[in-house]
Amino acid sequence: MAGTDPIHQFVIYDLFPIHIGDEAAGNALNLSFTNSSLFMVVTVAVLTAFMAMSASKASMVPGRFQLAGELAYSFVANMLRSSAGTEGMKFFPFVFSLFGFVLVANLLGMFPYFFTVTSHIIVTAALALLVISVVILYGFFRHGPKFLKLFVPAGVPGYVLPIVVPIEIISFLSRPISLSVRLFGNILAGHITLKVFSGFVVSLGALGALGWLGALLPLIMTVAITALELLVAVVQAYVFAVLTSMYLNDAVHPSH
Amino acid sequence: MDVEAAKMIGAGIATLGMAGAALGVSNIFANFLSGALRNPSAAPSQTGNLIFGMAMTEALGIFSFLVALILLFVA
Amino acid sequence: MVTQAYAQEAVTPTEENLDHAVDATHGEGVDAHDPTADTHATTEAHGEGHSDVFPPFDPATFPSQLLWLAISFAALYLLMSKVALPKVGSIIEKRQATIDADLQAADADRQKTDAAIASYEKALAEAKSKAQAIATQSRDAMQADLAAKRSAAEATLATKVSEAEARITTTKNAALAHVDEIAAETAQAVVGQFVGDVSADSVRAAVAKVKG
Repeated sequence: MAGTDPIHQFVIYDLFPIHIGDEAAGNALNLSFTNSSLFMVVTVAVLTAFMAMSASKASMVPGRFQLAGELAYSFVANMLRSSAGTEGMKFFPFVFSLFGFVLVANLLGMFPYFFTVTSHIIVTAALALLVISVVILYGFFRHGPKFLKLFVPAGVPGYVLPIVVPIEIISFLSRPISLSVRLFGNILAGHITLKVFSGFVVSLGALGALGWLGALLPLIMTVAITALELLVAVVQAYVFAVLTSMYLNDAVHPSH
Repeated sequence: MDVEAAKMIGAGIATLGMAGAALGVSNIFANFLSGALRNPSAAPSQTGNLIFGMAMTEALGIFSFLVALILLFVA
Repeated sequence: MVTQAYAQEAVTPTEENLDHAVDATHGEGVDAHDPTADTHATTEAHGEGHSDVFPPFDPATFPSQLLWLAISFAALYLLMSKVALPKVGSIIEKRQATIDADLQAADADRQKTDAAIASYEKALAEAKSKAQAIATQSRDAMQADLAAKRSAAEATLATKVSEAEARITTTKNAALAHVDEIAAETAQAVVGQFVGDVSADSVRAAVAKVKG
């Protein structure tokens, strides 16, 4: 059933087809403007409009929008400063953009019929790889080979190092995986659960009067899970931003 | 055994991993609650850590869900 | 088969190319239709073509998603870092600066007030001590004046008293001297009445004898 299929909401379809390359030669690339692209653009537009509205008045005593924008600003700024220090504040626009993008994309996904950008692993993986490459590039640019001290914890006796260093390297390399899969999995699982429960409402409602009564239970569950998913949407954006700040801290201060 | 049936069984077994996440999340909340009842004045300052820990732990359960999905749809 | 059952609904308008990529990777036909899915497929808005890959794991959508993510995230980063965040940050900084300046001004005013209060209290204490000094001085002066006047008055009184005493003594002496004479005359007269004339000298001797 299309109405209750939990996977259908993740399907990507073209809005403005842009196809590059030759299909016959096997190098075809589909760069179409899809529903996913549309919601990426909508996310950017919503966040930009929000920040623009909050910054438009620039009054000494803030109004509601300005206060909300300033709260978002200082929230991210405090988070970054507490984990990466003042030197990490040069990444503030980056962390704020990541946090805002993930948060707005997650929250937009909570609207019925809206596409959730972050429910696709390629998007979260791209964001996580962006974070890790910024960490690696800035770390080597700022500290040179000393950045490799990150993998050698201070105060560890020499004979354990052959065990500790590979573990540190593996844990560093697994960061982008866990960072992307955490966000992707949470959003995907939440949306599937939501769709499954709301599907129960539809299929039970088709059974007649008794079914309507029985449909009340999954309906209540759907409402509760919607609230939980709103929390998850915000918390996952927060976790993504906090972990980004902590990884950036490694780039700024590699010897921990 | 049919490969499809094996996939289904594998996916079902993979969801058992969520039990670990359930234990972890309940452990976090139980400890937070017992700590918060001992020292209620310090509790509000720690809700951020609570939510953060919950999200980190919950993600591990989500990973097993993901393994189930991969078994069903990708493998 | 789950993959194909849902694949029936996972339909997109332009999926020929997706199918192409998917079929190439999986080598699996997509025409094994689930009968229940088939009945509903007719109600679908977009009903032709289907992919049998779980959409988030469909590599055919990756290039488009990556491209548009790069475009939109780069745009967001530029908008945030160049326009929005400096603006909001400058407002917050300006407010903080204003609050700090106001607090500083208030602090300066308070210090000024404290200084004024201190100087006022100092002046008050000075005036008090001065007033006390003047009071003591005038009291001392008055007391000295009073003492001098009293001693002068006492001195005049004493002289007057001694003068008066001297006068009284002389008067008393004179009066006492007269008393003898009167007594003698009285006695002469009394004796003359009784016995005739008596010489004045004998009478006097008798009076002196009686007195003696």
